[in-house]
Amino acid sequence: MEEHAPSLRNRPPTPRWLARLRLILRYGDRPWNALTISMAGLIILVVVSIGVLLWINSGQARSAFGLGFLQPTGNASWNPVKGIFQAWPFIYGTLITSFVALVLSVPISIGVAVFLAELCPNWLRLPLGWLFELLAAIPSVVYGLWGIFVFLPVIVTPLGSFLASTLGDVPVLGVFFKGPIPDSGASLLAASSVLTIMITPTIASISRDVFLAIPRTQREASLALGATRWETISKVLIPYGLSGILGAVILGLGRALGETMAVTMVVGNSIGGTLSLMRPGYTMSSIIANEFAEAVSALHSSALIEIGMVLFIITLLLNILARLLVWRVGHRVPQEVHE
Amino acid sequence: MSTGTQLWMGASSHQFFQSKRRYRQRQLTNQLMLSLTGLFMFLAVIPLFWIIGYVILKGGQYINLSFFTHLPTPLGVVGGGVLNAIEGTVVLTVLASLFAVPPGILAAYYVAFRPNSVLGTIVRFGTDVLSGVPSIIVGLFIYALVVKSQGHFSALAGAIALAILMLPIIVRTTEEMIKLVPNSLREGALALGSPEWKTALSVTLPAAAQGIVTGILLGIARASGETAPLLFTALGNDNYDIGNIIRSGIATHQGVFTILGSIIGQPVDSLPLTLWKYAQQPYPERINQAWAAALVLIIVVLLINILARVWVQIQTHRMQGK
Repeated sequence: MEEHAPSLRNRPPTPRWLARLRLILRYGDRPWNALTISMAGLIILVVVSIGVLLWINSGQARSAFGLGFLQPTGNASWNPVKGIFQAWPFIYGTLITSFVALVLSVPISIGVAVFLAELCPNWLRLPLGWLFELLAAIPSVVYGLWGIFVFLPVIVTPLGSFLASTLGDVPVLGVFFKGPIPDSGASLLAASSVLTIMITPTIASISRDVFLAIPRTQREASLALGATRWETISKVLIPYGLSGILGAVILGLGRALGETMAVTMVVGNSIGGTLSLMRPGYTMSSIIANEFAEAVSALHSSALIEIGMVLFIITLLLNILARLLVWRVGHRVPQEVHE
Repeated sequence: MSTGTQLWMGASSHQFFQSKRRYRQRQLTNQLMLSLTGLFMFLAVIPLFWIIGYVILKGGQYINLSFFTHLPTPLGVVGGGVLNAIEGTVVLTVLASLFAVPPGILAAYYVAFRPNSVLGTIVRFGTDVLSGVPSIIVGLFIYALVVKSQGHFSALAGAIALAILMLPIIVRTTEEMIKLVPNSLREGALALGSPEWKTALSVTLPAAAQGIVTGILLGIARASGETAPLLFTALGNDNYDIGNIIRSGIATHQGVFTILGSIIGQPVDSLPLTLWKYAQQPYPERINQAWAAALVLIIVVLLINILARVWVQIQTHRMQGK
């Protein structure tokens, strides 16, 4: 061993690159910081470039149709062959299905969250919570498949014809319930119901976490004053956790607006021109899913990308709104230090 | 002045009975609303059992060995499987994880230690926005970014789209897990003279490894079930078979990288994509295969989810025990 060890005098000078590498390894914090910062920046870059690329690629449609593309009209036309595109039916479909889904889902979700956080015995809480998170994890195509072959014929078609026969002739609201519902059940109502099932776990599990984070003292104080459990929940816990619950609802709304596959499979995919929930319709995401891969012209795909851009902007605004709401309400509610 | 105070000050019998009725009413409301929450709970769990039960029942009938080992047959020919989709799903998911995990962890490291800096705030907001972007929009974005510039659909484009969807999940979980690592560990390493990057790689991140793996698993579960971002990035490919590609590559004396290139460079199918296409066809055998695909998909996704959660439970118990 020793005879191989070079004496200090004879040792060749360290190459410059090696010395440099050693330096970097010893004081490598600058490259490390640069690396983490650039990866953090990558996320921003992705978000920004989604917006920029959608804006650039929708240029043709924007210059051809202007704002008229998005205007509400009674008889919108979507004609790839003639090159006439109006997006209103899709915007309406997306808004109405998400709205109905939200209206149906919020009471159920809050009920579930209350049950999971306040009422259910401890041994049942974990398994039930897991079941909910599994429900949120099922891929949306599976919801769609189950929707087409099971849920629509069994639930939606009978429900739809019932609603159409009872509410269809009511003066103002009747517009939304005018039948007849197709035999397959594929309609805006079907999309709304499937969306309800899909967003309930999202809203419920976040709201449950909100309830669980509320300090015990709030409950004890209210109960000690003689309030019933329901009064404690509705007058103390829900106002206390309102910011979080609002955030959960907005997240659920975001999921409903962007949901593609399940909705495309059950919504019926037709531009009906009616406002009725009982008739087949179309949503923004489903028109993109159905037509983008087979767009007939550059104008066609550009119009589809503009629809995508509008959807992106809506979800972006919702996210900002959620943040602001949480921030505002969070400042109003007295904060306690809790573990 | 509330009813209780009035009673205390000597209420009339009329007031007394009124307050008693009021009390009973409150009790009734209480019981009604509480049982309503139980009913909602029950209502909300029904779909889970209904979906899983039905998929197992239907898919179980049509699943067989050739479903996993054969390529799709032309319409009308009996048999065939979805080997192309299974291999495609694996390729897409592995590639997407490769693209998403390193940036995700590094970005999370930055955010965890500088949460209140300007960039940290923006990045956390950006992560929130990214997790809220509809998956079909990500598909459009990758189409414009990759497919259009490459000129063709590919597994690579699909994998990048999936990676963008995994990124926010990984960043969030990793950030939470890094924050849970006791500060004393890190300070100890720094005090011994270890530079920041070495501390991160050999102390902080390994200490948070369990949680990070959970985040990656959840990201993979999400990616393997996604369809919308693949519609116009990975597109679909009935003849995709890695075995064939490798064999023909070796036969024509191609290099390893050329073969790898042709594995990720061509359009691929994935299980959810196949399910979607088959479900819309009027042929019963295709629909049966869609149910079988749904069964495989549900088993994979739910298994990953359950494993990840059980793991977290065990870890938390161990941490609490010590």
